[in-house]
Amino acid sequence: MSNNIILISGNELRRLFKSPLAWIIFSVVQFLVAIFFYMPLMTYLQPDSVASGLTNNVVSTMYGFAAYIILVISPLLTMRLFAEERQLGTIKLLFSSPISITELVLGKFFGIVIFYILIIAMITLMPASLLFGATLDLGQILSSIIGLCLLATTLVAIGLFFSSLTTSPVIAAVNTYGILFLLLLIKIAASNSSERTAEIFTYLSLDKHYDNFLNGIFNTIDLFYYITLSVFFICLCIWRLDIERVYK
Amino acid sequence: MIENKPLVSVNQLTRFYGKVCAIKDISFDINRGEILGLLGPNGAGKSTTMQIISGVLSANSGSVSIAGYDIQDSPKLAKKNIGFLPEQLPLYYDLTIDEYLLYAAKLRGIKKINLKEKIDICKERCGLENLGLRLINNLSKGYKQRVGLAQAIVHTPSIIILDEPTSGLDPKQILEIRELMHELSKNHSIILSTHILSEVETICDRVLIINKGNIVLDQHLKDLLSNKNSLEKTFLHLTENNKKINE
Repeated sequence: MSNNIILISGNELRRLFKSPLAWIIFSVVQFLVAIFFYMPLMTYLQPDSVASGLTNNVVSTMYGFAAYIILVISPLLTMRLFAEERQLGTIKLLFSSPISITELVLGKFFGIVIFYILIIAMITLMPASLLFGATLDLGQILSSIIGLCLLATTLVAIGLFFSSLTTSPVIAAVNTYGILFLLLLIKIAASNSSERTAEIFTYLSLDKHYDNFLNGIFNTIDLFYYITLSVFFICLCIWRLDIERVYK
Repeated sequence: MIENKPLVSVNQLTRFYGKVCAIKDISFDINRGEILGLLGPNGAGKSTTMQIISGVLSANSGSVSIAGYDIQDSPKLAKKNIGFLPEQLPLYYDLTIDEYLLYAAKLRGIKKINLKEKIDICKERCGLENLGLRLINNLSKGYKQRVGLAQAIVHTPSIIILDEPTSGLDPKQILEIRELMHELSKNHSIILSTHILSEVETICDRVLIINKGNIVLDQHLKDLLSNKNSLEKTFLHLTENNKKINE
């Protein structure tokens, strides 16, 4: 079981790193996040700055911004997962091989999740460099990293599902953007509604839970939110591919 | 005991695409070492039948069993015995031949110890010996076809399913692929779909003609040709008749 998952995620990563896409995403993300690491750091170093701490001012700002970048690139990474296999016809190779659909979906899922963990590790090098000359709130940083990983995992699960719906990677990407922005903007709807509905809307919002992680608050509700969402979309994806063989 | 059982047994397969019936109540068996030619006009249901046998599609009703395993109930055990070459080649164009075959071999569950050996034998059989490092994208159509064939036989399956393996090849390549199939038939059973009737005449043991989703002929080639009918005549007769009925 697990061997096949490793095999498929390995192939996914190999093909990702063979294309320029992975390297370009690596460098663009690193460059943009570096800007949002450098700017708050410079502001913090001003003698007259009003600061609440290095970790809070610089590191949390950076991770907060990194989340938006990951949100924007995620559909581009996940759009090919199944759509391209269909386009190439390689899905028939996978379907006629002795692997289960669950293994296939989890393999693809973990492949991209590992890619994100690499990106997050690269980003984390920047705040880590501060450790040479300053003390940081390591707990808060760890919580930010966990939050970002969970957020990325959810984005992959959503993208994976939308990629399983279509033959065209672009359509998969557009659909994924649609649901991601909906989950992001849903908190705006909260401001105009009654207290009860506002609570629901805020709970559904994708980045609200991430804010808690950024502030160093590790709440099981937030953990539960990301994990439920991921499991939900992975199950939908498995189910979708399963019925495809019957109702194509 | 095992030798007497059919290797593949297809029972009353029916498959709809929406409301369109692609195949209807198709049943046939394939024995070990047999080469079965699947013939039929475009849209007759050849590809659908092959995809159901290889587990890519499910049938709406009916069953397929391969080497005694039902493809729906124990798909993993059944699929270990299958090598499938779809009409659209299932290739990753950004991989090299070696990388691709390694991935295909692992997908098919070959044990690590045998991996390199099996891939080398398979490359030799398909005439890909010195091309391992070439990107699939840069290969000519004929070589891509060979790589497609290679992924279908790398795990030495007991049944090889080939959907139009010679389409788009030049005459010399067609001959080479035919020779390869001859050699493969010593150890494997083959299901082969094609539009080229002479191909069936030269390599197949048995012919199955499908028209409009029904089997209209299932006969050993020897018997068929001994009736003084050429395959071409029989084919045209059977498929044309059906047209007239529908009109």
